[in-house]
Amino acid sequence: MAATGLLAHCLRDRLETIGELVSDIRGILSYGAYVPRRRLQRSAIHAANKWFAPALGAMAKGERAIANWDEDAITMGVEASRDCLDGYDRASLSGVTLASVSHSFADRLNAGIIKEALDLSDTIAADDRGGSLRAGTSALLSALQGSGSAHLIAAADLRKARAASDAEMLQGDASAAVLVGNGDDVIARLVASHSVTVDFVDHYREAGEEYDYAWEPRWIREIGHGGILTGAIRDCIDRSGLDAASIEHAIIPLTARGAAASVAKKSGLSPDALVDPLGATIGDCGTAHPLLMLTQTLDAAQPGEHVLVAGFGQGADVMIFQITAAINSVRRGRLEKQLARGIQDSNYMRFLAHRGVLDIEKGMRAELDEKQPSTSLYRNRKAVFALVGARCTKTGTVQFPASDIGVNPNDHSIGTQEPYPLAERSARVLSYTADSLAFSLDPACYYGTIDFEGGGRIAVEFAEVSAEDVDVGSQMRMVFRIKAYDSLRHFRKYFWKATPISQGDA
Amino acid sequence: MARGIKDKVAIIGMGCARFGERWEDNADTLMVEAFTEAVADAGIDTSQIDAAWQSVGFDGVNIGPSGIPTSIALRLPNAGVTKVENYCASGTDAFRGAVYAVASGGADIALAIGVEKLKDTGYGGLPVRTRGSTWDMIGVTGSAPGNFAQLANGYRAKHGIDAADLKRAMAHVSVKSHANGARNPKAHLRNEIDIDKVMNAPMIAEPLGLFDCCGVSDGAACAIVTTPEIARSLGKQDLVMVKALQLATSNGWEMQQAGGWDGSYIHTTRIAAKRAYEEAGIKNPRAELDLLEVHDCFSITELVVMEDLFVSQEGKGWTDVLDGFFDADGEIPCQIDGGLKCFGHPIGASGLRMIYENYLQLQGRAGDRQRAKPPKLALSHNLGGMPSQNVSAIAIVGTEDA
Repeated sequence: MAATGLLAHCLRDRLETIGELVSDIRGILSYGAYVPRRRLQRSAIHAANKWFAPALGAMAKGERAIANWDEDAITMGVEASRDCLDGYDRASLSGVTLASVSHSFADRLNAGIIKEALDLSDTIAADDRGGSLRAGTSALLSALQGSGSAHLIAAADLRKARAASDAEMLQGDASAAVLVGNGDDVIARLVASHSVTVDFVDHYREAGEEYDYAWEPRWIREIGHGGILTGAIRDCIDRSGLDAASIEHAIIPLTARGAAASVAKKSGLSPDALVDPLGATIGDCGTAHPLLMLTQTLDAAQPGEHVLVAGFGQGADVMIFQITAAINSVRRGRLEKQLARGIQDSNYMRFLAHRGVLDIEKGMRAELDEKQPSTSLYRNRKAVFALVGARCTKTGTVQFPASDIGVNPNDHSIGTQEPYPLAERSARVLSYTADSLAFSLDPACYYGTIDFEGGGRIAVEFAEVSAEDVDVGSQMRMVFRIKAYDSLRHFRKYFWKATPISQGDA
Repeated sequence: MARGIKDKVAIIGMGCARFGERWEDNADTLMVEAFTEAVADAGIDTSQIDAAWQSVGFDGVNIGPSGIPTSIALRLPNAGVTKVENYCASGTDAFRGAVYAVASGGADIALAIGVEKLKDTGYGGLPVRTRGSTWDMIGVTGSAPGNFAQLANGYRAKHGIDAADLKRAMAHVSVKSHANGARNPKAHLRNEIDIDKVMNAPMIAEPLGLFDCCGVSDGAACAIVTTPEIARSLGKQDLVMVKALQLATSNGWEMQQAGGWDGSYIHTTRIAAKRAYEEAGIKNPRAELDLLEVHDCFSITELVVMEDLFVSQEGKGWTDVLDGFFDADGEIPCQIDGGLKCFGHPIGASGLRMIYENYLQLQGRAGDRQRAKPPKLALSHNLGGMPSQNVSAIAIVGTEDA
């Protein structure tokens, strides 16, 4: 370790004890994770495709997370963000970013939809990051290098892969969120960072195309991971002045067997520092992956420990954090909870249909024209995106949606309602059904009427439900989902759905 | 309360097309089939009709948003024709328009005609359609069985009924209606079924199986009404009189938890029933009513409505059903014509079809299915929408001395 680096390191440690200066330290304030409930067994993918691609057998171990038909980068980003912002004053946010290479809209601010769903102030900056799998780490680094109030980084990917491809086996769908800001409640402060950019085309997808085209894994491992990524990690460690072997946690987001270990070894990192790449349980979640691994580390890390985070894609981003004492006052076990809520799924055909890889006959009931007038969506955006109802200031009656004339039969007062958010309130099932007639890409279509704790009632679709999960009286929480697709005009409509708390508790 | 409609208007003619999958018919030919029967029954000429109300439930597969198609199909004498759309309660609402017109003196003779051409959708069940752009963003695009299945689950939970017991009571409703429909030559479904067939049928929307759901049919039905004085001047005797006509419409209370609706009953039906009994001077419906035609879109709807009409005690409707109280040979037959379940459910026509059956029964003209003990008071209940948000329409018709 260079003497100047060591000095700077000691100085920073010393500074941390001085109260007035601590609030100037920028770092991670909070974090969140979301992993879809279903975990497709890789053996099921192999079983269906081995007639054509028997070599998939080498990868046919473990499971991968798969999003439901009504999820995308935006909805998953919202869920991870809610987990991240739990207990945080959302009014304190000054920015929100969504990083993804599977953005739902090419020209409409995806992060703007997350902003609406989180019911954040209109006076907030928002941007989408993409273009490479390191968009998640790049967005995090930008936020850390910025200044001002808290900035929310969400990273989410739901990538489409061809049947029988390696990508279909190795990828996973998930999201992570990190809140960056200043203050004495920073749980991890940035020690050093380093970025390199090289047009290394390990895989690519031209604008407008559906599928990636990938080059030979051996070349990617040797030149990409062994050369570019390893070099960037070494350079970042040098900048930090730390001894590589002393770093307690190394996040190298490569899920192929042995890949992360090889990079760690070449970088001088301790094998014990390697964070589980989550390949066996979730799969490679693209831009979200380094941040999802970071949530895993933050669930367990102790004050004073160092965490190296790498992102790879046309170069690399590397960051080194040091955990602060504030970590002891945050809720842990966030990724663990997401892992625990998984259910095994071997229905490969359903997965293909949900991805649009398999063009199933949806029937005439699916022909309903879902045209969404922009005008009515804009007018009703608080109700639609943020599930904001109303509470009568006179009677206290809560209702959804808001209306000029109150619903209370004892006092139909006019113009007395104030906005009343319902998205974060739990609810109880009043009545429900499992509808096999109504069109759903995940039949039977469950829906029902639910009563919110503290008032308010809504008839709503249910998400992630099976027969044993729901009954009259069941406790539910709300999740932000795709309500319908307008396949004629290529638009997707979002709204909230209810999910059993035992299953969907993010 | 308003003075009411009791005995101010008489029905002098009714007609009903054969319900079913009328592949060779358009809406206008179905209307003509019902209309020619009614005009002949009334013994009047089309030129005597002063005004008409035409009910249709689903505009998208029907006739468009005006009364013009009825005026053209029936070659009405350029009379005022109003199109009525009020979900599945449209038929009774059209009847209400015609009756009110006569009662007000605005028309001497008025026509109510309902029609629905459903079998041009390409699939079974009701058409999937928009409910307006605001609703489409925040509402559930479910199905009718799904909406009413929730009534079953709410009712079961409220009264602590075992799911299998309720399923069996619901099955009894359908078996009874199939037995009745088999005796009705105009009914869509004329096959008798047994309990096991209902219990073992495929699930449509938990807990409603295939035979808990009514038929979806093409059809038309109509009524010609006038004042009792004009009716007698036309030589009519033993008039069938309108005793009560009530419509109650949800105002959002059920859906917005402002009062505690628990999902186990139809709020508007209770309101409409109370008003209708008051209008008709009925004190004890279980003792005074002779016949019931209710909106049995699903077996559970009929069962729950028995309570909402105050014929059965709350929580006891299912035992009345199992006891045969509503069978054709029971105390108060319900759906003696087969009901929506088997006569069929061409939406806009259904309310008028119910009144048609009661009209025939009161006159002793119901053929094989005629109730032996001459009925004097008959109620029809027509429900549009879903349990949580709906329109309930009730028409009570009776003999002159009832």
